[in-house]
Amino acid sequence: MLYKSLQEHKGASRKVKRIVFISGKGGTGKTTLVASLSRIVSSKILADCDTGTPNLHILAGGQVIEERESGETNQAVIDRGKYLSCGLCRRICRFGAVSENYEVDLLYCAGCGACTVMCPAGAVCLEKTKTGMTYIPDTDKGLFSHAISGSGGDVAGKPVTGAGEKTGSRIGGEEWLLIDGPSGTGHSVIASVNGADAVVAVTEPTKSALCALERVLAAANRFHVPGYVCINKYDLNPGITAEIEDFCRQTGITVIGKIPFDLEIVSALCAYKTPFETGLLNITSEIEGIWERLSYRLSEAGR
Amino acid sequence: MKIAVLSGKGGTGKTIVSASLSAVNQKSQYVDCNVEEPGGYVFLKPDLRHSVPVHVAVPDIDEEICSGCGDCAGACRFHALTGADKQIRLSPEICRHCGACYMVCKPGALTVSERTVGVIETNDDRTFVQGRLNIGEFSAEPVIKKIREYIREDVASILDCSPGMSAGVIQSLRGCDYCLLVTEPTPFALHDLKIAVSVVKRLGIRFGIVINKAYADYSPVRDFCENEGIEILLEIPFSEDIAAGYADGILPVANNPEQTECYINLYRNIRERAGK
Repeated sequence: MLYKSLQEHKGASRKVKRIVFISGKGGTGKTTLVASLSRIVSSKILADCDTGTPNLHILAGGQVIEERESGETNQAVIDRGKYLSCGLCRRICRFGAVSENYEVDLLYCAGCGACTVMCPAGAVCLEKTKTGMTYIPDTDKGLFSHAISGSGGDVAGKPVTGAGEKTGSRIGGEEWLLIDGPSGTGHSVIASVNGADAVVAVTEPTKSALCALERVLAAANRFHVPGYVCINKYDLNPGITAEIEDFCRQTGITVIGKIPFDLEIVSALCAYKTPFETGLLNITSEIEGIWERLSYRLSEAGR
Repeated sequence: MKIAVLSGKGGTGKTIVSASLSAVNQKSQYVDCNVEEPGGYVFLKPDLRHSVPVHVAVPDIDEEICSGCGDCAGACRFHALTGADKQIRLSPEICRHCGACYMVCKPGALTVSERTVGVIETNDDRTFVQGRLNIGEFSAEPVIKKIREYIREDVASILDCSPGMSAGVIQSLRGCDYCLLVTEPTPFALHDLKIAVSVVKRLGIRFGIVINKAYADYSPVRDFCENEGIEILLEIPFSEDIAAGYADGILPVANNPEQTECYINLYRNIRERAGK
């Protein structure tokens, strides 16, 4: 199959529709849902913007056709032949990155360069270092982009917007961009939601998840992107499911779907298969229903 | 003694493990470092009496003194200060409070101004501490740094860390005596566990594993631990009772003597391995 790399593509005639999947709390099933949708949405590109610990590629599979360094930062380096042991860099550094032996711990160094400004011996300089890699595998379920940041690297924003931007053009006629968003409620979530056509918050019926849902929707709301909620494992606690539905009703958010829990889903995941491949009718019909409702609403909104 | 509880993957059970460890040990402190999404309070139900805002320093530009030279914008590696047409602008949310701009400003046009980025909340005796980052803030680090001021030296502190391996998590691990990595028997969790293990090894902190929700006959997690010589301190079988309790904000140690025994032993094993 011939296809173009993402950078070679030119002249997209219509912007691809972006849906970002977030959760607030980890483990609610966000990545699993995106992977399931990848099995039924034919005209799509996938992007995993959970760059610290990306997981979508585990189910999406595919052979990497392109990889590039994504994100760059600066890190301080102390010249062992020049430093004076005056201690100024250690006192100045707000990140505690300079050890007693005047070695810069790259896990803590934020690359601000304050140490380079004040060093009386000119012994400190900044060097560029990559913060992560973006991989583009071609899978039998469509084109997919994911990025991984260096451990501890503060890459909020860069690979997130990078992965989203790289797949932002319409490639070969794909209609949808499905983004597996970062966890939490911080800047990287907000960066991933910016410019999206819809946000789907995947939650579960636990008190912890409900608290997180309120926070993550508040974070996503900044961009006035239409928000939807999917309640995963909903039948594990009907009481809290009802609370979530009440919350959604009060805040004007549509519950786009409710997926039941089944231990067979766990077995499927361990066999690197998505819930859609379990063949369980109550699961597959709900996932199909979610996509039908979501795509219809977004198609209507675009008119 | 400081014990950090982390995972890599979210949802494996960090909070239930760290809160349970704290609950079975009177002489302990639970510290919620998951400042984007604190969750321990749901289970430990603390009486949060004290609330302290977390301030960070950002530059304030005195436009009468500012010459528009742009040296500060040139020094700012995070592009929080930008200068165009001799007008310097600050985006305070992305300022990392490094101080480089003050150092290069020759006219002295920059003064220190405070912004609030979050809050630290505690109960009376600080056996419960949580940090909360304001929504939209760029970095969790300032809140986590502030939390560390509330860590007590006279009791064991159990730090419930964020998921992932961000700079905020690295900051939480700093100075810890032991890391407890909570995982589950799935491919996602194993993938993220490997990332977490590499970071903890890099930091040179002793660590061990808890396998939570051990329902699936999925051996790769155990195989990985065996191959790497990593100790599995505890395996908690999947239990509908524990899951049901969790959903309602109830810890397993609240109503299950067997689980209580497990966590008491876990705590003792960690103490031995941390050399405390």
